[in-house]
Amino acid sequence: MNAPDPGEIVIRLRGLRTQFGAQVIHDGLDLDVRRGEILAIVGGSGTGKSVMLRTMLGLKRPEGGRIEVLGVDITAEQDDETLRRLRRRLGVLFQDGALFGELSVAENVAVPLKEHTALSPETIAAIAALKIAMVGLPANAGPKKPSDLSGGMKKRAGLARSLALDPDILFLDEPTAGLDPIGAAAFDDLIRGLQGTMGLTVVMITHDLDTLHAICDRIAVLAEKKVMLIGPMAKMLASDHPWVREYFHGPRGRAALPETALPEPD
Amino acid sequence: MNGAGIEAGLDATLRAGRHWLAPFGRWTLDELPDLENLVRERALGRRGPTTWDASRIESLDSAGAWLIHRSVAAMRRGGADVDLTGLKPEHETLLHLVADSDRAVEPAVESNLIILVLTRMGRAFDRAMRDGRDLVAFNGAIVATAFGVLIGRSRLRFVPTVVHLEQVGFNALPIAGLISFLIGVVMAYQGASQLQKFGAEIFVVDLVGVSVLREIGILLTAIVVAGRSGSAFTSQIGSMKMQQEIDALRVIGVDPIEALVLPRVAALVLGLPILAVFADIMGLLGGAVMAWGALGITPLQFLERLGEQVGPEQYFIGIAKAPVFAYLIALVGCRNGFNVRGSAASLGRLTTRSVVESIFLVIVLDAAFSVVLSAMNL
Repeated sequence: MNAPDPGEIVIRLRGLRTQFGAQVIHDGLDLDVRRGEILAIVGGSGTGKSVMLRTMLGLKRPEGGRIEVLGVDITAEQDDETLRRLRRRLGVLFQDGALFGELSVAENVAVPLKEHTALSPETIAAIAALKIAMVGLPANAGPKKPSDLSGGMKKRAGLARSLALDPDILFLDEPTAGLDPIGAAAFDDLIRGLQGTMGLTVVMITHDLDTLHAICDRIAVLAEKKVMLIGPMAKMLASDHPWVREYFHGPRGRAALPETALPEPD
Repeated sequence: MNGAGIEAGLDATLRAGRHWLAPFGRWTLDELPDLENLVRERALGRRGPTTWDASRIESLDSAGAWLIHRSVAAMRRGGADVDLTGLKPEHETLLHLVADSDRAVEPAVESNLIILVLTRMGRAFDRAMRDGRDLVAFNGAIVATAFGVLIGRSRLRFVPTVVHLEQVGFNALPIAGLISFLIGVVMAYQGASQLQKFGAEIFVVDLVGVSVLREIGILLTAIVVAGRSGSAFTSQIGSMKMQQEIDALRVIGVDPIEALVLPRVAALVLGLPILAVFADIMGLLGGAVMAWGALGITPLQFLERLGEQVGPEQYFIGIAKAPVFAYLIALVGCRNGFNVRGSAASLGRLTTRSVVESIFLVIVLDAAFSVVLSAMNL
């Protein structure tokens, strides 16, 4: 995680094909995720953003193609130990946090530590408290149950759990959905800050144009069963594909643009 | 013990009167258990001026940074002059973040066993009282709405009532009938093997007749219905509650008691007596079949004896309980449905509770019936 080689590819998708029954979701999809970047995946409803995320996490087997995550081909047969090692280098924040309802926030954060390390209970508790503080939750959030937290706090608690093992890659599923604009902006800042300090690679699904502008290095547009366009925001704004134009130049896209980037009205 | 073959470690030397601590290698979560021991052995005991030289750390994650921060802080608290040098810039920002975030572990709520037990008992008692009160209030709302139907202010919705009648009554016929038949068989067989010792086989008819008609037929049917329909009411209404459908009904101006509860109550109050009659027939049939097979009592003899010895009052006592049990099951099932809050876990919990509560209440009420009826010499 130190001195990242900027060219290193941490996730490599080649010719990915996924389908449910006769319905093909992805066909011949290629994607590279580079170490240390924040990559956003956008696309209309039903273009398979979540399916792609689940496939990269190994929760769904693709019908064809290759997926390499941190050099491990997860589409090939792998022994359990390899997959276990790989899993502990990935952190995932599910949409509503997916916190275990029976456990307190601190216990939730401690689960990965208990499963994957041989640390003493005191050290685990201390590291869990550290992670809870790192995501900006107050100290008294630790003993609380997830049901006692607001939506924004649940997301932060989920983030703390996903960071418990200092992952190399962090996956975020709509991190700012359901947050008020101020909370969403604060969450963006938090992710950007942690990404820089902890040297994370972040892959996120988002519909939040403000997030795309504020913190994403590259954006991948899913359409027509593949990654139709990938690149920084400037490339998105310059594209003349109708859907991309509509997405980034529509009324909401325009509102999210920083003043200086606002193109001349046409 | 230097770095060869070890991925991470801590060198400790004495240089010009200063302790010199040089962590090296991978200071990450994987190595943390070993590193904690190393720090305890080689660093924490030291007194006097100390320098931590972090320049040989190859990789550092937040767990490693936490350990260094903790150790430096602990030594400083011990009064030593400690400085930390040689951090790479990216390690320094991480260490700053960790230092800002480090704080005492918030203790979980104090748990003294006696207090814990007392708290639990108190909570359970409080909840039981509240549940009882809520059930009475809910009962009042149903009675008021039903009265409204009589005076024409509310209406009993015909189609949903019939649909529920089919689900809770007609669809339950096979299971209620089969269980009753089998229990009739079992009772006749067990009774026969005892009564044969006295040469009083014919009393099997009395035994089966009275117990099936008066108790078993209705009780078993009520328990089956509590299991399959009480829980269904809770989960149907509960999932509507979760999806805010109940709120939507209210906003549209529909009384949920009238639209959801009354048809279910009516269907069960009508359906359970019919099921009970069917269960009685099947139970007697089971007894008769077994009496014929095991004891040679022909069905004709069985019927004759039944008519002589087991009066119709046994049958009516059994059937009279049915609407009462039905009302209770519907009341508990619907009430728990309305208590569902937010999560799917609460839906599951209340569905379970609904079954347990309604079976419990049915049996309690059955016992109460027995006491009252025996006091009335029936």
